[in-house]
Amino acid sequence: MAQKVSVDISRRRGGSSLDGAQSCPGCKELLSPGDLSGNSMVCPHCGHHFRMTARQRIELLADPGSWSEIAGNLRSADPLEFFDLRPYPDRLEEAEYETGLSEAMLTGRARMNKMDVILAVMDFGFMGGSMGSVVGERFWRAAEEAMDTRFPLVVVCASGGARMQEGILSLLQMAKTTCAVELMAEVPIPFVTVLTHPTTGGVMASFATLADVIVAEPGALMCFSGPRVIEQTIKEKLPEDFGLAESNMDHGQVDLIVPRTELKDRLVQILGLLEGGVACALQPLWEEETRPAGRGGAFAQAFDRIKALANAPWRSSQR
Amino acid sequence: MTELKRLPTLPGVHLKDEITKISQRLKELGRGRHLDKAVWDKVELARHPKRPYTLDYIENMFAGFIELHGDRCYGDDSAIVGGLAAYQGRTLMVIGHQKGRDLASRTERNFGMPRPEGYRKAQRLMELADKFGIPVLTLIDTPGAFPGIAAEERGQGGAIANSLLCMARLNVPTVAVIIGEGGSGGALALALTDRVLMLENSVYSVITPEACAAILWKDSGEAHLAAQTLGMTSADLARLEIIDEVLPEPRGGAHRDHAAAARILKDALEEALRELETMNPRLRKKERFEKFRRMGVWKENGLTLF
Repeated sequence: MAQKVSVDISRRRGGSSLDGAQSCPGCKELLSPGDLSGNSMVCPHCGHHFRMTARQRIELLADPGSWSEIAGNLRSADPLEFFDLRPYPDRLEEAEYETGLSEAMLTGRARMNKMDVILAVMDFGFMGGSMGSVVGERFWRAAEEAMDTRFPLVVVCASGGARMQEGILSLLQMAKTTCAVELMAEVPIPFVTVLTHPTTGGVMASFATLADVIVAEPGALMCFSGPRVIEQTIKEKLPEDFGLAESNMDHGQVDLIVPRTELKDRLVQILGLLEGGVACALQPLWEEETRPAGRGGAFAQAFDRIKALANAPWRSSQR
Repeated sequence: MTELKRLPTLPGVHLKDEITKISQRLKELGRGRHLDKAVWDKVELARHPKRPYTLDYIENMFAGFIELHGDRCYGDDSAIVGGLAAYQGRTLMVIGHQKGRDLASRTERNFGMPRPEGYRKAQRLMELADKFGIPVLTLIDTPGAFPGIAAEERGQGGAIANSLLCMARLNVPTVAVIIGEGGSGGALALALTDRVLMLENSVYSVITPEACAAILWKDSGEAHLAAQTLGMTSADLARLEIIDEVLPEPRGGAHRDHAAAARILKDALEEALRELETMNPRLRKKERFEKFRRMGVWKENGLTLF
């Protein structure tokens, strides 16, 4: 499940050369860090979407100063005392040091164009955006917050899958986040996911694909099994566009592809439309229709009650 | 180690050799810790070609079984079988992964690796069971969901996710038994249940030990070590409270005596159902959510929470 998806690390830091300039993998054009950060990390020449950190993503989506973190005090434990070539706590410490984040997912309250939302953002730079116990619990807390406040939930996904270092506990986060989605559905809370490069494995097979509306970023890889795993299984080279947002669109797996520069406005629009439904009283078809509360005025309702009383079967039988 | 690695950024300090040496030493220590042969034996038993599969259990456990086919969208995936079974005066919906025993049937069953159609069939059957108040039993035995281009194009991730969602939503009692290999998301897709039982020599893991070793140790030959580190045996999972009960197997393993293994499973199922069926349906469903909500271990304000 957990995939190894190779992503050029230099992308996130804006290149390693001295002046920070890097060439775009899309059009080979040389870009300065200013070109990118001024354009939401999108190449101004060809529209190639560079990877974004969680912080950049929050900056992109949340109104300035509106972000307040939820469940920021959760940290990974090491229940299996996992030790591969290095101990797990060592890898965690390094990831924290390199990204400045506490985990692979940040959750919080935010406003988007003045609309209150609960926002969860994943960062591929933190151990490949892998989902362990903390990511699962933060997702749950974000869903809870959404249910308490009745604000919609937006989750920006970027993940290589379940975190191997927490073993089976990571796998069960798929079940846990799914249960949270089901609870939200019963309210219902509008739930939108944004699949960014790359969204794979256990995240793809749980909350990422369970949203009411699934938005994809152009050129992002989204699949359950990673390209390398599939190549090893079928022993042939994969097509160039395997698992990309556009290919997923062709096969009906995502609702829409939105370029990053328009992302915030489109998300607000989608959430507004989802919340714009008129609450219709859900009453079984075979039950006699009752007047919805607030319609027809108090007099009409009282008249209906008297009429029902007059026609009641026990009345006629007593006479 | 992390601190050591940060140091070389200071001018004039070269620790690369030292780091390599220490890494090597740590690796040896890690390997030498306690490589336990019993763990790998369990992995091999769980994959034993003579181990009873879903249809073997169905044949031994139920008098009448009608297999139902197809997902009504695309096809019938024979890596997952499902149908209605008569069981002690009531009906059960039984769904499970199915492997093949000889070359032809193994290929036909795709080595027990389901495609999206399989999960959609399972979902369809579970919804059918829910409609008529029929309890659901799932039997888990797969190396994982099939990794293929066509499977991805038909939405493998979404199919697994929706199978999970369906299981969360069911109002009927649900029981899962891990009877062989519980391979990652492809296995979990059928295991979001009120009770999760596990046969003694089964394994259940986030990733196969081979793939884990290839990624983390950069050497698939370290699979034995990976299996041990991942903690995938029934004892490990009982300790982590991922499963509710470990079912003992016949002497030497379930493959020695299919009928005895089926009897053990049948007794455990009866006990689990007796308990679940007497519960208030609302409470039962609520407890299912609470159980999965508790899954995971993390630190909050510095305290480790289970």
